[in-house]
Amino acid sequence: MQFMLLFSRQGKLRLQKWYVPQADKEKKKITRELVQTVLARKPKMCSFLEWRDLKVVYKRYASLYFCCAIEDQDNELITLEIIHRYVELLDKYFGSVCELDIIFNFEKAYFILDEFLLGGEAQETSKKNVLKAIEQADLLQEPRHEYFNVPVY
Amino acid sequence: MPAVSKGDGMRGLAVFISDIRNCKSKEAEIKRINKELANIRSKFKGDKALDGYSKKKYVCKLLFIFLLGHDIDFGHMEAVNLLSSNKYTEKQIGYLFISVLVNSNSELIRLINNAIKNDLSSRNPTFMCLALHCIANVGSREMAEAFAGEIPRILVAGDTMDSVKQSAALCLLRLYKASPDLVLMGEWTSRVVHLLNDQHMIVSSASTDLQDYTYYFVPAPWLSCKLLRLLQCYPPPEDGAVKGRLVECLETILNKAQEPPKSKKVQHSNAKNAILFEAISLIIHYDSEPNLLVRACNQLGQFLQHRETNLRYLALESMCTLASSEFSHEAVKTHIETVINALKTERDVSVRQRAADLLYAMCDRSNAKQIVAEMLSYLETADYSIREEMVLKVAILAEKYAVDYSWYVDTILNLIRIAGDYVSEEVWYRVIQIVINRDDVQGYAAKTVFEALQAPACHENMVKVGGYILGEFGNLIAGDPRSSPLVQFNLLHSKFHLCSVPTRALLLSAYIKFINLFPETKATIQEVLRSDSQIRNSDVELQQRAVEYLKLSSIASTDVLATVLEEMPPFPERESSILAKLKKKKGPGAVSVELEDGKERGELNGGADRGGEAAIAASNSTPSPSSDLLGLRSAAPVGGPAPSAGSLLVDVFSEAGSAPPSAASEDPAPPLFVCKNNGVLFENQLLQIGIKSEYRQNLGRMYLFYGNKTSVQFVSFTTTVSCPGELQSHILKCIPSLTHTKPVEPLVEGGAQVQQVINIECLTDFVDAPLLNIKFRYGGALQNITLKLPVTINKFFQPTEMAAADFFQRWKQLSQPQQEAQKIFKASHGMDTEVLKAKLLGLGTALLENVDPNPENYVCAGVIQTKIQQVGCLLRLEPNAQAQVAPPPPPTHTHTHTHLCAHALDSHTASVCPSLCGSHCITHCTHLHVITRYCIYVKDPHRVGSSKSH
Repeated sequence: MQFMLLFSRQGKLRLQKWYVPQADKEKKKITRELVQTVLARKPKMCSFLEWRDLKVVYKRYASLYFCCAIEDQDNELITLEIIHRYVELLDKYFGSVCELDIIFNFEKAYFILDEFLLGGEAQETSKKNVLKAIEQADLLQEPRHEYFNVPVY
Repeated sequence: MPAVSKGDGMRGLAVFISDIRNCKSKEAEIKRINKELANIRSKFKGDKALDGYSKKKYVCKLLFIFLLGHDIDFGHMEAVNLLSSNKYTEKQIGYLFISVLVNSNSELIRLINNAIKNDLSSRNPTFMCLALHCIANVGSREMAEAFAGEIPRILVAGDTMDSVKQSAALCLLRLYKASPDLVLMGEWTSRVVHLLNDQHMIVSSASTDLQDYTYYFVPAPWLSCKLLRLLQCYPPPEDGAVKGRLVECLETILNKAQEPPKSKKVQHSNAKNAILFEAISLIIHYDSEPNLLVRACNQLGQFLQHRETNLRYLALESMCTLASSEFSHEAVKTHIETVINALKTERDVSVRQRAADLLYAMCDRSNAKQIVAEMLSYLETADYSIREEMVLKVAILAEKYAVDYSWYVDTILNLIRIAGDYVSEEVWYRVIQIVINRDDVQGYAAKTVFEALQAPACHENMVKVGGYILGEFGNLIAGDPRSSPLVQFNLLHSKFHLCSVPTRALLLSAYIKFINLFPETKATIQEVLRSDSQIRNSDVELQQRAVEYLKLSSIASTDVLATVLEEMPPFPERESSILAKLKKKKGPGAVSVELEDGKERGELNGGADRGGEAAIAASNSTPSPSSDLLGLRSAAPVGGPAPSAGSLLVDVFSEAGSAPPSAASEDPAPPLFVCKNNGVLFENQLLQIGIKSEYRQNLGRMYLFYGNKTSVQFVSFTTTVSCPGELQSHILKCIPSLTHTKPVEPLVEGGAQVQQVINIECLTDFVDAPLLNIKFRYGGALQNITLKLPVTINKFFQPTEMAAADFFQRWKQLSQPQQEAQKIFKASHGMDTEVLKAKLLGLGTALLENVDPNPENYVCAGVIQTKIQQVGCLLRLEPNAQAQVAPPPPPTHTHTHTHLCAHALDSHTASVCPSLCGSHCITHCTHLHVITRYCIYVKDPHRVGSSKSH
């Protein structure tokens, strides 16, 4: 996988993960182009697109589009299920995840994705194991009161 | 204030995010962000040292601002500081910031290397994983330089936890993909190298964890896909038992597709079908099991009518590759109606596009007319985004499968009529080239364009084609009063004023051609040229043409005019520029069919020679589609045009370029390179292999140049040199070393050339040539080519000069039967002194002048150098111009230790013989008689230079 983008129906980018280095300018260009292309498509259309020399696989969950760019020899259907597995992980972690969860806890969305995919390859396909790792990391957090005593900005 | 905030609540961050969301306008948002940036900047610059929590919070805010699409130009140092924090969450945010914000070339990477190193060696698995994730996420060359040595150590260390090993393996894979040259180092390479494939790692990760084995009732779909993908990296197994088990597995997968679904959820069918499609890819990759291929095709045929758009899309895509297999091509063709229907009725343009691709891929002579007609009718309503590509495809198919060229001309003119705007120059140039090169279609073309131009509003491209063709061949229809010269001219000129400058320029040239073809139009045309709008045209090009053509037509005599304005000569044939254009547009997707094109084009080329009756016959005959495809499979060179007879006298390898040796390994050693060291060793539609070699004593160095002729990269490009049978390493050593610009880079970019050097040492005499095997993937297909390297014993000849007396004294000494090899053979073309001399010199011997009393004869001397022995050779070639002389039987060889050498030399002199005859003068039935005598010296290490005779 070369990159994954999450964006809203309004075209707002909610998460971007690049597995192949790109210049910032190029990232913006790619994002703009893909968001536009995907949003222009109708609901019953197929989830795959030929785009530049890559294949784009996307799926809409409620108000969010999940969009992955994969290489020529990669499998489209299994990529759809990678997206689905990621959505399941978010859902389980946040408990019926909504776009707001991802906006306010964007860093968690990144951590979960990192636990699931590494360098664009599925690292851990077991839902249990991914969530266990994230929960363990949460446990490592310093006691909450430490934070509440600190004044907010 | 939103309720959502899990784990550690950074209240300040949540407040900020909600402020941003509450902004009513873009300006308000920017104002709020600038306020925050100013705040953070002052905190970072403040005297008071910030605690870890604040630092984390502010870095997180910066990250959020960046993700909103704003540039961040500070805060990097604070993020780097977080990396060295002992608190996991602070470290985690630091790493997140780095991996999101740092570009591969950033200066920052050097700063974070230290922190990463510390975490890698911390033995704290969570810290190690964070560091590994960061390395993989950045994945740059600098990262590889810094950590490619460390990660394999972590991977193989006995005390590394499994979760860390997983991350380490994928991280290493990532670095390997980005910088393969940096990763393969160190003594543990062999322990790691089999883990390098991502597939392997998933295997181990999946096998350690069975609790989440099924995904929506499908067992381990990720693992299955990876394994099937992995198998596609290898050729079909040779072991029958292994292959049998694999076939069984593939059959099971195909069977499962027929079972009722275990769940109605789309996830179930997706996971199941992901495996099925991967299995079909493997079946196509093997391309050796007709039964499986046909079953795969039937399965895809079912999907073509499935209600899921995704499945229809994938089935169309996958069938494209099936269409290029000889075993399933016919099976794919049975779905033509469904595919045509998809082209007409699918609501999604990307699915229609796939349908068009498939029609293109399944097209052959039997259905070309139907498919081209359907594509043409689809073009009328096709989406603008795919029109140009459709036009190119129609143009290519029409040319490729044109049995009668009137159909071809009709098709292209229809293309211009329907989609004139999308007909690129390449397409209309091509139709003109073909009409010029084929005189059987010229009259028809003239008539058809004349009719097409009658339309009141015809496309400018039609005017171009019409102008050019009438200017050349208008005379062929001028007999009909309805298309008399003046009618033709007036028709063309009625379009003139609506056209762009380049088209007008083309029309002016057509006019001057008219003056030559039809003297009766001269006055009218001169008047047009003389008009102010031409001769004083503000465009320089038009003005110049008008002035020059006017002058030319008034000054030059009819003869001169006829010479200057002669009909265009046939165009030299080269790869169709349309094809090149499609390749550029499409990339590897269009590959499968393109490969065939060469063949068809070869035939067309043959036909391009006017009056090339045989070639025209060839292009009219209908080769069975399966033989077409077979040619494509083995990547064998296509039947190239016949070598131009006698074009080169001295270059004995003039044939090498046009008829390269076949790819099949059982072919005899190419005789072409016996006398020559440089040239084209192999060429097909994809690859050209040039060769340059030099030999001294018993050593040789061979440079191979692999040129990618396509615009698409070759991946997994590998070459191996092997020495068959007796050759083994003890006879001839070939040590290849690839010298890529990037070492070990297995990619050959489109249009690029890579060089390989092979060092050769001849240990003793030999007969068989070493084999060169080349493997690479082009598009999806594995290409596998085996060639004989042109290493022959005569390459190790050292020429020896000697006087006549000396020569004959030695000649007489070598009188034992096993010391002589004779060969009498027919010179198939004739004998030309210069050619013969060039060949003999090319053999490596010294050509001794004024030695043989008979001036017709040629004598040569040389010593073959091998590591353990030298073979002195004297050679005499006696051309016998008197035909019909029964040749004396060649001497038989006894099996002595010299036999091998004799045989080797014999076979090589024999193989020289055909190439001795490439001259242009044809005398009937002449004979050449070659006698070679030789003696073998065994090298004495103590007395270099001296030798003893056997």
